[in-house]
Amino acid sequence: MTARDLSIGVDVGGTNTDAVVLDGEGRVRAWTKRATTDDITGGIRAGIADVLATIGEDRSRVSRVMLGTTHATNAIVQRRQLDRVAMIRLGAPAATEYPPLTGWPDDLVRMVLAGSAMLGGGHMVDGTPISPLDRDGILRFVDGLDDFDAIAVAGIFSPSSPDQELEVAELLRGHLGQDTRVFLSQDIGPTGLLERENATLLNAALYSVARSVTEALVTVVAEEGLDAATFFAQNDGTLMSLDYAAQYPVLTIGSGPANSIRGAAYLSGHDDAIVIDVGGTTSDLGVVVGGFPRESTLPREIGGVRTNFRMPDILSVGIGGGTVVDVASGRVGPDSVGYRIDPEGLLFGGSTPTLTDAAALAGSPVAGRALPSLSASVSEALETALAVVADRLEEAVERLSLGRLDIPLVVVGGGGFLVPDRLASAGRILRPDHGGVANAVGAAISLAGGRADQMAPMGDRDAAIEQASEAAVAKAIQAGADPLQVSVVEVLETHVPYTAQPTVNVTVKAAGPLARLSAEAPVR
Amino acid sequence: MAQKSPIARTARITEITVDDVAALGIGTAIFGTGGGGAVYTSQIMVENALRDHGPVPLVTVDDLGPDDVVILMSGIGAPTVGIEMLSATGQIHALLAEAERLLGRKVTTLMAAEIGGGNGVQPIGWAARLGLKVLDADGMGRAFPDAAMVAMNVAGVPCEWAVQSDVVGNISVLKTVDLHWLERHARALTVASGSICLGAHYPMTADTVRGAVIEGTVSASIRVGHALMSSSDPVTAVAAELDARVLLTGKITDLDRRTAGGFVRGSVTISGTGADRGRLQRLELQNENLLVLEDGDVLVSVPDLITIIDAETGHAITTEMLRFGQRVSVLAWACDPIWRTPRGLELAGPAAFGYDLPYVPFEGAAR
Repeated sequence: MTARDLSIGVDVGGTNTDAVVLDGEGRVRAWTKRATTDDITGGIRAGIADVLATIGEDRSRVSRVMLGTTHATNAIVQRRQLDRVAMIRLGAPAATEYPPLTGWPDDLVRMVLAGSAMLGGGHMVDGTPISPLDRDGILRFVDGLDDFDAIAVAGIFSPSSPDQELEVAELLRGHLGQDTRVFLSQDIGPTGLLERENATLLNAALYSVARSVTEALVTVVAEEGLDAATFFAQNDGTLMSLDYAAQYPVLTIGSGPANSIRGAAYLSGHDDAIVIDVGGTTSDLGVVVGGFPRESTLPREIGGVRTNFRMPDILSVGIGGGTVVDVASGRVGPDSVGYRIDPEGLLFGGSTPTLTDAAALAGSPVAGRALPSLSASVSEALETALAVVADRLEEAVERLSLGRLDIPLVVVGGGGFLVPDRLASAGRILRPDHGGVANAVGAAISLAGGRADQMAPMGDRDAAIEQASEAAVAKAIQAGADPLQVSVVEVLETHVPYTAQPTVNVTVKAAGPLARLSAEAPVR
Repeated sequence: MAQKSPIARTARITEITVDDVAALGIGTAIFGTGGGGAVYTSQIMVENALRDHGPVPLVTVDDLGPDDVVILMSGIGAPTVGIEMLSATGQIHALLAEAERLLGRKVTTLMAAEIGGGNGVQPIGWAARLGLKVLDADGMGRAFPDAAMVAMNVAGVPCEWAVQSDVVGNISVLKTVDLHWLERHARALTVASGSICLGAHYPMTADTVRGAVIEGTVSASIRVGHALMSSSDPVTAVAAELDARVLLTGKITDLDRRTAGGFVRGSVTISGTGADRGRLQRLELQNENLLVLEDGDVLVSVPDLITIIDAETGHAITTEMLRFGQRVSVLAWACDPIWRTPRGLELAGPAAFGYDLPYVPFEGAAR
């Protein structure tokens, strides 16, 4: 019997679609880099076809295909293919001073919003109802809508009092039909009403976009005749099933950087590392702790909308291979020639001095090319620029490493030669093989995971952790984890200030290997 | 009577428009001295209110006449609850109606209780919606953790009542013997209302306001914000606008922060870089930045103002947003003279925060 031990990881970025094949030992057996296509399917098809061609007859050993993508982010930023959503907020009269979509860009509101209502319902921090649930108001609101694709529901304090949102989902489906698309804020983010509501609305608006990507993957896997299970990578570096991904697309928004930093750390052989991915325009830095990306819960903007779902804690600095060096002022960036480095950079016969040229001048072998003869002022500016780069990278690494020198710095990405071999703020500097496709590797090595939050008085802390753990484990299993191997991998406690009694917010993350596909398909 | 603070002496701003709100948010964050909470959500609310109702008149103490009545409006409670259970539109109207019933006359002017942070921004939006003027002044000239730490208390102006309204429409009137009891009762009531309320208190007339508030702080915040946004060297621009001194520019190399009794306490150590290389300063924090120490000496202490700002952008960094490795500048400037009176120091000097230190006035930019 053939071992079914191969996984394909695919990363669909804004510019490139990368694919890799990993074997049961976690070795890279094949890899490719292709241009991302407008229809998504084309790029995925080309990437998967490339790596399958490399492994030849071993294609029957492929049992899983994992995909990570920034497609949802791009759809929001570019305002493409978004669905129309009706927003119901529960908790009036509370929060009426801040109507839904407060602070959104006007063009996005016009495109996405089918209507919104602030209605009775919601809870206080201690679970006391704010006002009775306005069931009639909800039905009147939806009956008065012209056309909509989905309904988003956000109740005040629904992360700690979830039942009412569930009741409303049932009410809506009973009234409008069981296949009505209803999205609940409790599934999307933690406390922080406006940000959670925004994220829930974006999630609802992304349904069709997400569907098109999941369908593209299913189509290509079917075309290739692969007998493989398919998964999506999410923001925290774990996987979810395709159905789940189609339901919660915002949870995939940060999967690109999450996969990149996890993949890089994995390729370097370290579970704890700082990772720097140097591209054409920016360097993105992240931290891997125990194999997972360190996350940030600070509100962040996506396409002009403030949201609060968890994302990898990424620090972007304006340093890349295409970053322009201004000879007159000595300024480095933030302008970049980006992918037009060939032909615009000096090394490629152009007239714009870039950091790639600076590295070439300092002796880094770049693309086997030689610099033209340079004037003294240009040479001097390029030499100074490298010192500026080293300074900025040193600062950026220090902000993430918190001063620790015992964790390595892993360098990946096309502009990796800009990172010097020694940085005062960094420990050992590692440059693993296949660093250029670290994101696709990250997708291929992901576990299935789930997460849950619970706010409770300090006295009920143990019960709160237990409850949140059960919920997180259930979500991980729903996402595809093996019920026998799933475990709690992280418990985060935050003390809530200014409350009458000491209050704690617990966040539990559970993860585990994917469930076996069948009895005769053992997985290493 | 207190002297006017140095920041009250520059160009006049007579109304606040929607284009001033971002600047106001930046400025109030800097006046927050590390505390005062986030301003983003308040900023959006105020921008919406000014778009709907037009600019708000900004008046000085000298502009007030015999018919004017000033009250303070502010939020009370847990910021972590405040980001989830936001205020109801009716809350400020209920506060105003109850205040006018108690006074038997119309309120004409709103004042911020504290200029530092979100509490310095929100009153502008409320004034727009209630059709009131805003007084170019506040009760603290910065952020403080206790409602008793206000200039009116220093000046001996009593607070006769306070009104509180919650999200469901409950209204309570508190008549307490002093501000410490008000703080205690208001907090208990706030918990019963779901841990977040809005309040109006300290009714004052043109006569009682004079010398009892910190003047010019709203316009100063706006000017500081505009200075930051329009300068290519924001740190220097902000310091010049505030008549502040940049004590040190460096990076955060140690951070010790814990939450105790509802307050963030701890210290932050900043190691000088560039021209300041080799120097080390430690700041003591209790929600706000309270002390700056270097080589065993206290360089600045509360109630003088200490704000940590981003060394590149000049934006204030609040206590909870401090991170290891951040590149920062430490900014310090003199408090309003009212805080340097014996009563002012008793309420808000180093001893009021548990430090056994004599207060040494900080002399600002002009050494």
